[in-house]
Amino acid sequence: MARFPEWFHRLGAPKTFYSMTGKWLPWLAGAAAILLCVGTVWGLGFAPQDAKQGNSFRIIYIHVPAAFLALAGYYVMAVAGAVGLIWKMKLAHMVLKAAAPLGAALTFVALFTGALWGKPTWGTYWVWDARITSMLVLFFLYLGVIALHYAYSSTEAASKASAVLALVGTANIPIIYKSVDWWYTLHQPATIKLTQAPSMHPDMFKPLLVMIAGFYCFYALVLLMGTRTEILHRERRTRWVADLAKTGY
Amino acid sequence: MAAVSPERSAFSAIVIRDLTLAFRHRGEIANPLIFFVMVATLIPLGVTPEARQLAEIAPGIIWVMALLATLLSTETLFLSDFRDGSLEQMALSSESLWVLVLAKILVHWLISGLPLTLLSPLLGVMLSLPAEGFLTMVASLALGTAALSLIGAIGAALTVAIPRGGLLLSLIVMPLYMPVLIFGASAVQQAVDGMAVGGALAVLGALLAFSLLISPFAAAGALRVSLHG
Repeated sequence: MARFPEWFHRLGAPKTFYSMTGKWLPWLAGAAAILLCVGTVWGLGFAPQDAKQGNSFRIIYIHVPAAFLALAGYYVMAVAGAVGLIWKMKLAHMVLKAAAPLGAALTFVALFTGALWGKPTWGTYWVWDARITSMLVLFFLYLGVIALHYAYSSTEAASKASAVLALVGTANIPIIYKSVDWWYTLHQPATIKLTQAPSMHPDMFKPLLVMIAGFYCFYALVLLMGTRTEILHRERRTRWVADLAKTGY
Repeated sequence: MAAVSPERSAFSAIVIRDLTLAFRHRGEIANPLIFFVMVATLIPLGVTPEARQLAEIAPGIIWVMALLATLLSTETLFLSDFRDGSLEQMALSSESLWVLVLAKILVHWLISGLPLTLLSPLLGVMLSLPAEGFLTMVASLALGTAALSLIGAIGAALTVAIPRGGLLLSLIVMPLYMPVLIFGASAVQQAVDGMAVGGALAVLGALLAFSLLISPFAAAGALRVSLHG
């Protein structure tokens, strides 16, 4: 088995991770706040209107970053699960626990904003389009992992079981996406076409990039905060957490 | 049962044992089948008894019902062995656990998927499935239910230690079932429409091969989690 550098092992210790990430939080929070504020104001206030969709297209500044991270979040969760199973790293299981509800929430945001966008654009909140359907399945996959985690009373069994499920889901995601795509080409309704986004004007695209960067910072921030809470919860009987509780932060 | 002779492999030993157990509880085999037929009766009552409209939805409906019936029987896959401790003994034995899991999945298909497949022409008649669809329906269900049994085994292994885990099992397994449903129902629909079905059936076969590759290992790993936490 490959040997890891020392920092990897040190970071894997919940206590080190806790004190190290504590220093990152303000920076991440600041970056997320600035990027999200700039991106929102720029995107909603200053980016040009879309020729066909008018102002309603501006919801992409929320929708696209959320959809990006919804999918990336599943892989974060699965990689954490794999690390936890293979190297028996407790910290990775805590990351998985924190990543699952966060990813599910972002998937929901993507679905919800997509529905809101659909109403003015295609006159309906919901269509059984390939991408929307895949996103819904992704949401179900997240819910399965969360439900399984909560069903176990033992934390250790819960961690391992949801890690296995996350990995099985990862193996299946490409298959599910491809088969939903194929299914959609069979049943493609003639009226609505949303598979190909038109190439965007740079003035519209730049705020989107800022928003995506902001969402990534926000995701990292919330993931770290969730993991830190989970660390405190699972290590609540250790001395360093007791000391932390006495001295404050 | 006669003493297990040493040359008999663990795989066939489990197959014979589980088949024997299944035939001593025939009711459990029959229940999903009865469910299958009863739900088929609900469709004309709830939607329409008109043959032409039924024929339109029959391929999808039959596949959805087969999926749900398989799901119903999946919960019991490891449950009794888990409760009486046999599963613990299997995990401790010198045989690889995935071999034993594969044997259990095979028996599960023989007593759930295969009877469903054989019963499906009856449902085709009840739901006025056009004659061109029957052969493809049987072929797609034979391949598809085997894949469903394999995928379901992972969920069953993950939830076996959870009290009343049946509903949870459905929640975690159903998203994974979707590709099988898509290609199974499409194959039947294409046969009804007079198109070539080879492609969809080939993909079903590929899904079966893929689940055959990963499912025994994932299910064996999940069982170890369920057994030892």
